[in-house]
Amino acid sequence: MTSKEERFIKLSVVMAMVFGVTQNTYAMHIMEGYLPLKYCLFYGVICLPFLAIGVVNINKIVNEHRKTLLLLAMMGAYAFVLSALKIPSVTGSSSHPTGTGLGAIIFGPCVMSVLGIIVLLFQAILLAHGGLTTLGANTVSMAIAGPFVSYGIFVLAKKLKVNRYVGVFFAASIGDLFTYCVTSVQLGVAYPNQVGGIMASVKQFMAVFAVTQIPLAIIEGFLAVIVVIGLETYASRELKETIYVKGGTLSEK
Amino acid sequence: MKNKKNLVIILIILCVFIGAFPLAYIKNSEFGGSDGAAEDVITEINPEYKPWAESIIAPPGGETESLLFALQASFGTGIVCFGFGYYFARKKFKPEEKESEELFR
Repeated sequence: MTSKEERFIKLSVVMAMVFGVTQNTYAMHIMEGYLPLKYCLFYGVICLPFLAIGVVNINKIVNEHRKTLLLLAMMGAYAFVLSALKIPSVTGSSSHPTGTGLGAIIFGPCVMSVLGIIVLLFQAILLAHGGLTTLGANTVSMAIAGPFVSYGIFVLAKKLKVNRYVGVFFAASIGDLFTYCVTSVQLGVAYPNQVGGIMASVKQFMAVFAVTQIPLAIIEGFLAVIVVIGLETYASRELKETIYVKGGTLSEK
Repeated sequence: MKNKKNLVIILIILCVFIGAFPLAYIKNSEFGGSDGAAEDVITEINPEYKPWAESIIAPPGGETESLLFALQASFGTGIVCFGFGYYFARKKFKPEEKESEELFR
């Protein structure tokens, strides 16, 4: 197999996993047509720089850190699985974890932005969850805000020398929760309450999304710890090349 | 190493418990999606709002939808488990890996 062929195949695996990430949507995303046009455009534009950086980073992984490709595929597949699991919650409705936090602490948040938007796209087109018009807004919450919070908390926990697994737990769970808080704020801003204004409706949406999400966020945190323990045990060679161990960004070799 | 194994087992049990708890505790609910609940809130805040776009393709029914979700989950699980199987076998047959504790010095 020539190296070109090899690269092609590996890329296709990454693509496959990316699509795997895709079908997250059911319970959390803003529904098609439910966001006024100006907000759709606004959030869409915000996504662009993150996606651009993400594509550059994925390129770097493909070219300079080939060894970690399987790991990248696993992170995508992980988000794919979690997003398919609609778990009942204490409020009497169901929602699903995001699964983007784990990838964010291993490969960095922008990489997960790219994987996340592909998941969202897939769900919007095939499963009628989320939507094409609300793609930008959903990307901001699930594929940008969530992963960045996860990454930030993980880095902070590392600095403070908190137990590594405790750090992973909070990174994954708070990133998950934060995704839904952002969704609530996005909807609250678009639908201010006639009496209480934006804050009142943000509170209303929080009651729907965020409260439902609390137990799921805890589950996502536990799962992330389980996967990380598995990877540290069996894939330490790959982990060593990621920012999970090295810190910083992917740019250094 | 043994501690980690126990931790993993405990965490899995906790996950199952947290997931199953509402099912046993809340009797009169169908556990519909929280996005549906959000639609209700929107209608409550602004009763005149009409969605201005519709999904291009929607699964024809609950069965097809559950098929798609099952495919999604099994596909993802397949890749994750392939990865772990690969790493596990490598560690078993090419045991040159350092222990994870040495990862963080």
